[in-house]
Amino acid sequence: MKVLIPSALRSYTEQAYAEAGGDTLAAVLAALDRSYPGIRFRMIDEQNRIRPHIRFFVDGEQVFDLARRLDGVQELVIVQALRGG
Amino acid sequence: MASEIDTGAAQRSPGTVLLLVATRKGAWLYHGDATRQHWWVEGPHFLGHIINHLVLDPRDGRTLLAAAKTGHLGPTVFRSTDLGRSWQEAARPPAFAPAPEGQGGRSVDHTFWLTPGHADQPGVWYAGTSPQGLFRSEDGGVSWAPFSPINDDPQYRKWMGTVQDGTPDGPKLHSIIVDPRDAEHLYFAMSGGGVHESGDGGRSFQALLGGIEVVEGFDGSDPTFHDPHCVRLCPTNPDRLYQQNHCGIYRLDRPSDTWQRIGRAMPAEVGDIGFPMVVHPRDANAVWVFPMDGTSVWPRTSPGGKPAVYGTRDGGESWQRLDAGLPAEQAWWTVKRQAMTADSADPVGLYFGTTSGELWMSGDEGRQWTRIAAHLPEIYAVEAAMGVEGAS
Repeated sequence: MKVLIPSALRSYTEQAYAEAGGDTLAAVLAALDRSYPGIRFRMIDEQNRIRPHIRFFVDGEQVFDLARRLDGVQELVIVQALRGG
Repeated sequence: MASEIDTGAAQRSPGTVLLLVATRKGAWLYHGDATRQHWWVEGPHFLGHIINHLVLDPRDGRTLLAAAKTGHLGPTVFRSTDLGRSWQEAARPPAFAPAPEGQGGRSVDHTFWLTPGHADQPGVWYAGTSPQGLFRSEDGGVSWAPFSPINDDPQYRKWMGTVQDGTPDGPKLHSIIVDPRDAEHLYFAMSGGGVHESGDGGRSFQALLGGIEVVEGFDGSDPTFHDPHCVRLCPTNPDRLYQQNHCGIYRLDRPSDTWQRIGRAMPAEVGDIGFPMVVHPRDANAVWVFPMDGTSVWPRTSPGGKPAVYGTRDGGESWQRLDAGLPAEQAWWTVKRQAMTADSADPVGLYFGTTSGELWMSGDEGRQWTRIAAHLPEIYAVEAAMGVEGAS
């Protein structure tokens, strides 16, 4: 599926969109990490928790569960909320 | 008067002294010539990233590690093997072990401190994090793993406390020290949680708290209430350590395990509270500190708005104020625990970076100060390196 990468993570992909496949959100992120090593850890911590300022939207719906199945999903949008000054 | 900053391309060769400046918004490298009068700047590296520590590997003179994160992404470590011309991200940055199913485990917020391993162990590095954890790499910083039992030890976890018990942006494990005589002899410090020592390569640690004071009303025998800010070992006398603590300045001469509060000899109106501690590369009786205002609500500014380094030449029996060239008044910045350092030249060069983004140096062991740079972001760490590969 098509994955929209937030600007803060484009140092990994060097483009706005990436392609990654998988049955679940976790699988897609794992596939993304195989193509762009290190990108997953910037979004998901070592306890498999989504980091506080990262949001995932699948076909427009926000998803909080990494185990969520993505059958038929066309697009994953990764959003990184800014904080601090 | 500020030193000349020569940015001409003709001068852009590695300098005799390399200053590694880590800030809240990126990192800069300052190259100084043999006179330390002329500097040129290279950077920013990682603009917008929070760089807590930038360290050169003294064993090869060209590998740099940078502890990085941003305000909104997870932490990582970047690595350069060509003095910052190119960077690669660690394949496995410091991260705690996954917790058993159903238990909330810890996650690294940021790597705070980096220490190269023993000279006989090329490729070994240590890292301290917030929340407090100790990590080690054996491949030059490419992959990291939890080190020693302390990260998951119930007793140590109690001493480490929670994010509410530490400094404003989280408790920090810092001051990881490797005895130059023995790679198995290690020290580290936790704010809060005290100073700890291992004689068996990190398989076990013991608290080293004797003689250290704690905030009034708390139990000094409990490491929880100890707040070391910076601990340094003297290179030419590894049996001597100095410590800047939340509750004073101390010296420890091994094999004793009782610290002596040498800050008692500081002027009462200045006090002996601060963060950095710098040791002379060759004289174990000479150290420097940068006092700050630790009264009332802990303003963490220069006392009275009059910044000064204080130095001793007799192991802390007496202290001299070293402020020539520094602002005489209305300067409210201070210096963080990793932001003051020394080179190994003769006379020793001293350097510090301020919370207001200024970089200062003294080429005569603190007698006269000169500003190298201003208008940088808040400076978190300054390291000085000599003998850089390719240096003149």
